[in-house]
Amino acid sequence: MTETIPPDVFAHLVGLAALELSAAEAEYLRQQLNNQLKAIHELAAIPLDETVPVTSHGVPYTPEISPPPRADEWRPYPNPEEILEQAPLVDDGYVVVPEIPHTDLE
Amino acid sequence: MELCDLSALELSRLLRRREVSAQEILDSTLERIRAVDGRPGTLEPGEALPEDARRIHAFISFTEDQARAQAQAVDRQLAAGEDPGLLAGIPFTVKDIFCVRGTYSTAASRILANFRAPYTATPVERMLAAGGLMIGKVNLDEFTYGSSNESSAFQPSPRNPWNLDRVPGGSSGGSAASVAAGEAALSLGTDTAGSIRQPAAFCGVVGMKPTYGRVSRYGLIAFASSLDCPGPLARTVADAALMLRVIAGPDEHDGTAALVEVPDYLAELERGVRGLRIGLSPDYFRITAPNPDGSLNEEPIAPEIERAVLDAARRLREMGAEIIEDVPMPNTRYGIPAYFVISRVEAASNLHRYDGAKYGYRTPDPVDDLHAMYRRSRAQGFGLQPKLRILMGMYVSAAQYSAQYYRRALRVRTLIRRDFDRIFDPSGPYRLNALLTPTTPTTAFGMGAVYGDSVLMQYADQLTVPSNHAGIPGVSLPAGFDAAGLPIGIQLLGPDFSEADLLRIGRAYELATAGEPWRAARPAIFDAAR
Repeated sequence: MTETIPPDVFAHLVGLAALELSAAEAEYLRQQLNNQLKAIHELAAIPLDETVPVTSHGVPYTPEISPPPRADEWRPYPNPEEILEQAPLVDDGYVVVPEIPHTDLE
Repeated sequence: MELCDLSALELSRLLRRREVSAQEILDSTLERIRAVDGRPGTLEPGEALPEDARRIHAFISFTEDQARAQAQAVDRQLAAGEDPGLLAGIPFTVKDIFCVRGTYSTAASRILANFRAPYTATPVERMLAAGGLMIGKVNLDEFTYGSSNESSAFQPSPRNPWNLDRVPGGSSGGSAASVAAGEAALSLGTDTAGSIRQPAAFCGVVGMKPTYGRVSRYGLIAFASSLDCPGPLARTVADAALMLRVIAGPDEHDGTAALVEVPDYLAELERGVRGLRIGLSPDYFRITAPNPDGSLNEEPIAPEIERAVLDAARRLREMGAEIIEDVPMPNTRYGIPAYFVISRVEAASNLHRYDGAKYGYRTPDPVDDLHAMYRRSRAQGFGLQPKLRILMGMYVSAAQYSAQYYRRALRVRTLIRRDFDRIFDPSGPYRLNALLTPTTPTTAFGMGAVYGDSVLMQYADQLTVPSNHAGIPGVSLPAGFDAAGLPIGIQLLGPDFSEADLLRIGRAYELATAGEPWRAARPAIFDAAR
């Protein structure tokens, strides 16, 4: 028995993902997600005793091979204008975006 | 045979003997590109043109002027008796997932199509510092999300040089195709589930995923940060060794670039395989085939692919290696299900930075507020595959599902790692130096044959992804052709930081098959482009 993602949960996910989808896209993506869940469901059947830890990196980072943290030093980028030029809209060194939704505090 | 068909090492020898110049090598390479590549991938391809189907389309953008200046510098250094570096005069391509200062660094996505990188990725920086000639940026699946290159926002997508109706594989498809077609001697790719090895197998070239932490990820546009590995694609094992020597090693910009000395891979290459223990596992000769309804079948791998692996084992045994059969790898089949979870969670996290505010694509539509701008920019900027990965990542990491999916997948990853630890343990029951397997469940599939079915596409990586979970190195080697004339790839997997051994075994196999007629075969593109 595999669960599927119903349309209301899917719509919630789309909102969380900061996306908006056409009806055709939504239909395709929801169907693909449900197919992927079927494949993922194989994981549920694997016997896992409580002692099996998580692995977040395959390679064990022992102290010998782990680089020490860098010194906390300010290293200014030589040409910040170059980076600001990447922004779609800039005004006097500030990145300009549309109205930021906010609620006035009482 | 043109200059551009020679290996990097051969070119290097000719160059150092002053028999050719770096500029002549560059000219030969550019001429090949003009003959075979056709129009580069673009966001606005318009109607497909008849000649599109007869060209490779490996590239998204070219850096010809930069390559020319570099070639002139190499020639000047040689004339002055200076050492121009290990990769001097060697043409290479870069998967367009790496930032290179001043170039558009697109990830094959509309959302980054206008992004000019303000800095250069460490592996590229090292190749340039070694005198390499960067020819251009090559195509890939959007954000690397695929195994065929068809998901690129930049169309036409690359085709397989051996059969232009087939995909080159992916996601480093432009890399593999450009190397196979002589458009570069080397290419820098990335491998998160098989994205170097699978296209290398499909295009009949050598592709190595190094150990996680062997090569810096600085400047690599991230997909799944615990799995992504930059690595070389080349036509020979020695060329892959040469390139790995240049790109590997610690990097102050990447805290995961391990403090492990980089061996002289070339010096180790000819030591042969006598005394090495190489395993074969039945779990790599069975494949999982998803049905259209989502259910899964287990079936034996294609006999031609199995034969290629067994033939390699026989040859290595004849050269003095010990072949150990029936090595159990019981968790191999969980590689893809675990990957579906882990990679999507990491991808969703990494893709949240693309918001239309600071760089990249912003919707031109009028919008009411910032959130609407985010949603509209991302909706228009991302293709279907990134959207799918973000949604899956959000779902399986949601608080109510995380233990069931994400935490569980990370624990299954431990089981996969343990399979490898057990067989490579020097005091364990198997004591292997390497595991020999097929690289892919099939040879190159047709353009359009799989694309759209995200589950079937993902299973193309089922024999490569376990090593990404485990972090260990792997290399795919060309091993002949199937009855349809498509390249077959075989794979060697080894313990952490054992690249030198894998390359050495690969070199031995290359020598053992040097006289085989298939070694002389030339990609079909050379006839199609006439």
